[in-house]
Amino acid sequence: MEGNRILLDEKAMERSINRITHEILEKNHGAGNLSLIGIRTRGVFLAKRVQDKVRAIENRELSLGILDITMYRDDIATLKTPQVKKTDITFNLNDINIVLVDDVLHTGRTTRAAIDAIMDLGRPNTIQLAVLVDRGSRQLPIQPDYTGIFHTAGPKEEIFVKLRETDDRDEVVLTTSL
Amino acid sequence: MNWEHKDLLGVRELSREEILFLLESADSFKDISRRDIKKVPALRGKTVITLFYEASTRTRVSFEIAAKRLSADTVNISTGTSSVTKGETLKDTGRNLQSMRPDFIIIRHSMPGAPHMLSRILDSSIINAGDGAHEHPTQALLDLFTIKEKKGTLDGLKIAIVGDIAHSRVARSNIFALKKFDTEITCCAPPTMLPPNLGELGVNIEYSLDKAVIDKDVIMMLRIQKERGGTAYIPSVKEYSNLYCLREEHVSRAKHDVIIMHPGPINRGVEISDQVADGSYSVIIDQVENGVAVRMAVLFLLAGGES
Repeated sequence: MEGNRILLDEKAMERSINRITHEILEKNHGAGNLSLIGIRTRGVFLAKRVQDKVRAIENRELSLGILDITMYRDDIATLKTPQVKKTDITFNLNDINIVLVDDVLHTGRTTRAAIDAIMDLGRPNTIQLAVLVDRGSRQLPIQPDYTGIFHTAGPKEEIFVKLRETDDRDEVVLTTSL
Repeated sequence: MNWEHKDLLGVRELSREEILFLLESADSFKDISRRDIKKVPALRGKTVITLFYEASTRTRVSFEIAAKRLSADTVNISTGTSSVTKGETLKDTGRNLQSMRPDFIIIRHSMPGAPHMLSRILDSSIINAGDGAHEHPTQALLDLFTIKEKKGTLDGLKIAIVGDIAHSRVARSNIFALKKFDTEITCCAPPTMLPPNLGELGVNIEYSLDKAVIDKDVIMMLRIQKERGGTAYIPSVKEYSNLYCLREEHVSRAKHDVIIMHPGPINRGVEISDQVADGSYSVIIDQVENGVAVRMAVLFLLAGGES
């Protein structure tokens, strides 16, 4: 038995991304010296949406990098078939401000891997973290700078982010196994 | 796709899907070697032993660099300075090394099947870096990677493999690998350097180099395997080079965008002329660069799936 509850529907997700974008621009005093890096897979699509919104608000084009963290994971030995994909960051990371974008923040291990990966590519001025959902249960001292929604998921709860770029619709669903 | 292999003993037992998956991973690993910081933590805490009973420059260094760029610790054993000279058997050497808990043993041996024997008695992942005239899987994989990189695909290609096919593990592994794709392979050599029943592998046989190169997308040259008695199969090296040395006149008969490959070491003036080895269509140096990326992908994939 499973129960589903929608935490964010299409409209609400749109509003969250709008707010996150404004917060990013506010905190960084505009879009100067700022770049986005999306963590594969859904973080990349969210980063693209933020990029679109910055273009609409500030009429500026932020560079957008794609990060695959597979080589930086701490659990490769437990993966049956570890699949690496391309990291595609063509701009210089030195001395810029980076907003790292991911769909869900949980243990913090993915963010840790992403920070290490970025540090191997350059020396940014700051790395900030934007996530659509913070589901709590951190195992590392990592906190987001920009959060869509916060929901502490219990042990029997699972959170799924669906984006129309890869899934059929935009929504965040909380699934509870009974 | 699920990667089910603990060891890499040959390409023969890999599926087309597994090969493509591995080549795709290798493409990501190639980027690491072009960065300022050429290291990722993927294999942190793993130990890799290279155990080479035959001479090697490229393969051994390539494996060592691949392992180090993945943050593994590497130990190299060349048998000339090891207890092998005191009469230790391969089995005993393997068991003794195993007791020091390496995660990978990469072995090159003159006896076909030596890596397979080790894989049956040891828990470490065994990688075949060449076993006699049998297989050299990572060479075939890096060759496929290079072909795919230059041609965009592995299907629909016409490929000539020229030289001492009978004694070449590179030829054998490449034939096994390329036949999993829609390729037309022509093997070219003097009759004495072609193994019996070669046609059963589904390849064409052509004794004339002039004819073998016509309309080819890829020409893969091989050296004479002197260490396996290759020179005994030809009247003289001079006569061999008169008939089978790849020169510009041959290249001009192939497709206009042909690539020339060679696993190295090359013997200039014997199987390949200076002009061809250094020509714009030569991808011999690309093969070496790609070798590191492919071997990183092999180590990475074999490191997964322990639980």
